[in-house]
Amino acid sequence: MNSELPRSLDQYRRAVRTHVLSPTEYLQETREVIEQNDPQVRAFLHLRLDAAISESKAAKSSSLLAGAPIAIKDNIMMAGEPCTCGSLMLEHYVAPYTATAVQALLSAGAVVPGKTNLDEFAMGSSTENSAFFPTHNPQDLSRVPGGSSGGSTAAVAAGFALGAVGSDTGGSVRQPAAFCGVVGFKPTYGLVSRYGLVAFGSSLDCIGPITRSVRDAAIMLNIMAVHDPRDATSLRHAPVDYEASLQPSLAGKRLGIIHELQGLDVQPEIARAMEDARRAALQSGASVVEVSVPHILSALPAYYIIAPAECSANLGRFDGVRYGLHLEGRDMTETYSRTRNAGFGSEVKRRILIGAFVLSAGYYDAYYKKATDVRQLITDELDLALQSADVLLTPTTPTTAFKLGAVSDPLEMYKADVFTIPANLGGLPAISFPAGTDESGLPIGLQLMGPRLGDADLLSAANVLFTSLGGAS
Amino acid sequence: MITTIGLEIHVQLATRSKMFCGCSTAFGDEPNTHICPVCLGLPGALPVLNATAVQLAIGIAMALGCQLHEVSEFSRKNYFYPDLPKSYQITQYDRPIATGGSLPIATAGGTRAIRLTRAHIEEDAGKSMHAADITLGGETLVDFNRCGVPLIEIVTEPDMQSGDEAYEFLRSLRRLVRWLGVSSGDMEKGAMRCDVNVSVSPDPSRHGTKVEIKNLNSFRSVKRAIDYEEQRQAQCLADGTPIPMETRHFDEALGTTAPMRSKEASNDYRYFPEPDLPLLMLGAAELASVREHLPELPWEMQARFESEFGLTPYDAALLTEERSTAEFFQRTVVISNNPRKIATYMETEVAKLLNERGKTLSETMLTPEALAGLLTMVESGIISNTASKDVLPLLVDTGVTPDEAVRKLGLEQVSDTSAIEELARQVIIENAAQAEQFRSGKEAVLGFLVGQLMKKSKGKANPKLAGELLRKLLG
Repeated sequence: MNSELPRSLDQYRRAVRTHVLSPTEYLQETREVIEQNDPQVRAFLHLRLDAAISESKAAKSSSLLAGAPIAIKDNIMMAGEPCTCGSLMLEHYVAPYTATAVQALLSAGAVVPGKTNLDEFAMGSSTENSAFFPTHNPQDLSRVPGGSSGGSTAAVAAGFALGAVGSDTGGSVRQPAAFCGVVGFKPTYGLVSRYGLVAFGSSLDCIGPITRSVRDAAIMLNIMAVHDPRDATSLRHAPVDYEASLQPSLAGKRLGIIHELQGLDVQPEIARAMEDARRAALQSGASVVEVSVPHILSALPAYYIIAPAECSANLGRFDGVRYGLHLEGRDMTETYSRTRNAGFGSEVKRRILIGAFVLSAGYYDAYYKKATDVRQLITDELDLALQSADVLLTPTTPTTAFKLGAVSDPLEMYKADVFTIPANLGGLPAISFPAGTDESGLPIGLQLMGPRLGDADLLSAANVLFTSLGGAS
Repeated sequence: MITTIGLEIHVQLATRSKMFCGCSTAFGDEPNTHICPVCLGLPGALPVLNATAVQLAIGIAMALGCQLHEVSEFSRKNYFYPDLPKSYQITQYDRPIATGGSLPIATAGGTRAIRLTRAHIEEDAGKSMHAADITLGGETLVDFNRCGVPLIEIVTEPDMQSGDEAYEFLRSLRRLVRWLGVSSGDMEKGAMRCDVNVSVSPDPSRHGTKVEIKNLNSFRSVKRAIDYEEQRQAQCLADGTPIPMETRHFDEALGTTAPMRSKEASNDYRYFPEPDLPLLMLGAAELASVREHLPELPWEMQARFESEFGLTPYDAALLTEERSTAEFFQRTVVISNNPRKIATYMETEVAKLLNERGKTLSETMLTPEALAGLLTMVESGIISNTASKDVLPLLVDTGVTPDEAVRKLGLEQVSDTSAIEELARQVIIENAAQAEQFRSGKEAVLGFLVGQLMKKSKGKANPKLAGELLRKLLG
């Protein structure tokens, strides 16, 4: 790519506004990058570059996104485009309407180069569960990009888009952002409408931006955080300018370290990155406090009951009756069974089975009910911890990106979500930002969590740490 | 032998749009014309609660004296069926909007309150239409127009003892929901549906085995199914045949029940709280506003018509069958304080005419003022009772005042003595034999002579005056 081309959404926007760059020119450059590199990275399930280029010609340089290419995870609807969810079940499904968050971006002048790869129905942490093909990490093609929004993070990391939209149910935006060396932000639950996001765990699902800088995440959130009357869980809140809220320092802020997570086994370079971040925070005027979230280690098991329970209901609609894959059986039951057996991959089936089990008569109280009680407990504890700290710092992942095929035990895969899941259970905003690299040069991601609707302060704190650890604002 | 009956009734709430989307609830349109991503359960679509449905549900629950809960919760009821596009129904499970309450019904032993267990709100499923030869590979078609239509489910305690009582309960509930305007209550349009639980026990202190009956499409089917089931279970008890706890299907044509396949009857619905909807909170202001708009209830008005106006229980029940009729009656009584006469006239002449027209009272032009005026004209002798029957259609069809109608028809009663006297003379001459009979003391003949006079006057003569004048001339 031409080295003079903007690296961030913010730079792009300024270049377009000052007529240094035209949206179409930029998109044509982007097309070349995609055509050259996506055959190796495989970030996209569907490309629509011709359409995007023609749309960029109509893009107004004064609009908020001014024709910037934004990639969309393929479990979020964009009318007239495929929406496969990375599943054979929806291989030929075309979205009949546009998700509210996508519409907001389109209205702000975004153009969509394509729909990105994901773990089937957003279930996975490596994008290897895509029914079509795995995506490769642009930093090291032998490694996974993380997941489930691996296609979106790879696209942003590889220069295929200036930003992307992902979905985060247990870390699916933050974990692949960490693996790919980009910013991944999960806003407060309900801040961005879920209308048009194919549901996985409805009480946990959040749409979030994936960008090259924290400022870019704030720019995208400004556009996506709108109250939506079509989503009953969409929050009504006073408008906030997230970009304008970015502060230059952490003066007076309290950075919390969670006591119960200290003993966890993380890659040494990640532990060192935590230290670097802590020092950077102190230097920027923050105080560092240790907080306790006594039941935080129970978040993982609680999540792997609640999310499958909700998914078992949410994915019931894929029955071959009205749309999607249909395999005829001798009777209705056999039609359901054949269709669902052929349409879903093994991870999706595993979660549906777990979910149906934990909700079934006689097991509900022991599993689902217990898990929701634990969820409430952890939520209360996080809320309390966030009274003595403004933001909580953790690693995003215990390790950097692993090799394709390296993790085959589902439990091993689940365990790596230990840092990201608590924010989903509590509905809290959380962001992963790049914080250096490990010995192999693989990106390290650190996570900050904040209180519900504390998205502006959280982005501000993340921006300070991100820039002081070498990130370009 | 004691029979115990409990009912589960689904009542469609009369909203214009569906429970969780903006689609129309219109009945009888082309299949699959009122559908959208939400009610089709398309991936990514989300439900948003229809506030009007909640208000209507609150109205019913309040009228039934239920305890309304400040916080209630929606749940997902999971099962696979082609007419259930999300594979779950959004309903209320362990935290319904209302519990308790009762509904009075008329029984052989007087009015009795049937206690209610609970009332909750939920969405309807689509409608499956099976080809007749489904077992031979025929097709099933699904119409999703009904999918997502709001319902309230009302569950009674096992407080009824016969098919007749269950029938009365349904009638009473239908009267209430129509009265409140919260539902059409039409069973044949599916706006009211009923499942029945019946148990027969030889020991009055213990319930027998509960048997559920489904596929009841009319009040009459409910009664027939219960009557059949009562006799079937009694026979089982007499024979010593065990009665399994099961769900049975009513066969409309045969009038019998038969077990449903256990697969259809036993399902683990895996209920859990609906994460797409926040808890349903009822504010004090909202409850107060519904309470304020709650009308006098049918059974209250019925009792008042008896005590205040001296109507018979029969008349009071008839006049409070529909709210518009009851209110019409009430307003007519206010104008012309003659409740029993008004009641009789409404139940006979007005009812007959409405029946001929195939209309309800509110669909006609008749006003309480006009009816009161008409009855006053009869009372004061301006027109005869017979002539009033010719006037009524004009009031009903055109909305003219009774004065205008009477003029238009030329029906004013002739009370002019000389005119009637002239007619009386003619009648005596033309009916000399009968006149002679009267003179010789056969009083009853006078009626015949008055009739002849009325005929000559084309009904306009004041019959009382005619009788007096005839008597005078013959005396």
